[in-house]
Amino acid sequence: MTARKPPAATRPSRKPALAKIGRPESAPGSTSDLAPSTPLSAGTQAPDFKLPSTPDQSVALSDFRGQPVILAFYPADWSPVCGDQLALYNEVLSEFQRHGAELVGISVDGPWSHVAFAEHRHLHFPLLADFEPKGAVARRYGVYSGGHGHSGRALFVIDGKGMIHWSHLSPIGVNPGADGILAALESLSSAASDLEHRPGTTAIDADSARPATVATPRAPRSSRPATTPRERLS
Amino acid sequence: MSPLTPPVSSHDHIHGDASAAVTLVEYGDYECPYCGKAHPLVKALQRHFGKRMRFVFRNFPLTQVHQHAEHAAEAAEAAEAAGQFWPMHDVIFEHQAALDDSDLVRYAEGLGLPGAVIVDALAGQKHASRIRQDFLSGVRSGVNGTPSFFINGQKYEGEYDLASMTEAIEAEMTIGHR
Repeated sequence: MTARKPPAATRPSRKPALAKIGRPESAPGSTSDLAPSTPLSAGTQAPDFKLPSTPDQSVALSDFRGQPVILAFYPADWSPVCGDQLALYNEVLSEFQRHGAELVGISVDGPWSHVAFAEHRHLHFPLLADFEPKGAVARRYGVYSGGHGHSGRALFVIDGKGMIHWSHLSPIGVNPGADGILAALESLSSAASDLEHRPGTTAIDADSARPATVATPRAPRSSRPATTPRERLS
Repeated sequence: MSPLTPPVSSHDHIHGDASAAVTLVEYGDYECPYCGKAHPLVKALQRHFGKRMRFVFRNFPLTQVHQHAEHAAEAAEAAEAAGQFWPMHDVIFEHQAALDDSDLVRYAEGLGLPGAVIVDALAGQKHASRIRQDFLSGVRSGVNGTPSFFINGQKYEGEYDLASMTEAIEAEMTIGHR
């Protein structure tokens, strides 16, 4: 656990560091994009996928139909961050569940790595292996960082009908916290309860009846200084 | 950027004067090594600013990563009843390597508290709800790791060293006096 400054190139900045190389950035989702720049936005149907959660089990997005699901794309298991994003979400899980939401983490690590990592950090939610073909799901969500060879740090809150309600891409070294997720889940819940109180509408219609524009997009926290202690902690 | 939610109130552990120009809030975990390192830093800031700054501590235990964090927070909260929150807070941060239940009881007894107060609090998780409230207020306020600081309600994003934090607090005082 050494506290040292990461090299400047790895520090989060307003622009993806690798874009400075000057190679043209291709469309998100292609195999050559250098840095994730355009996550799928609110109002888009979330692409379905099925990924291994353990060496012999898989999880599909469609398994969660009927309830909100939070996708947390993250760069890698074992990354040396003390105020770790997944450790934080692990502690906030019961709040997510209060909104009926399930959380899954997704990275390009293989299922054996996920199993060991989840056990080591006592994580109580599934980690999915976007391992083969590498990063395919992250690419479809527009959050793969080709320059790094792993997913960017991105969050999606998807409603019970499989529609993206909120998305957020964080600079790779910046833990986005959980406040944005909670705000998105609350806006989903309140949209649902508004409709519950309208005659002739049922709560189950809430997601489709309310366009995803109810989501309040949050400004990316790219304005924070390059290094805060927690980002370089292990 | 999320401001501190809820704002500091009498519900909080407040060290210092209500008339202080600046309120420094820390979200911390008693077992987090970086909170341990920040502890003398906070002390130095308190010495430097004296009555011009008050300090507030809110719990942010990462219980799945730090197995002693929750009980340490319970013990500090239990000491509050005897008006010994801050002494207990200090002794815990000064002994982060030894935070078993028996250690916590020993520290409380060292402050003149009956050990039973701590034993009961730990067994009954008497302060669990308050600790969770602190934690969730931190999540709401954009805390993403420990320690996290807020200066007059705004999240401090600078370096965690005496010069940087002193400068940020001075700047806040200047704004306050404009």
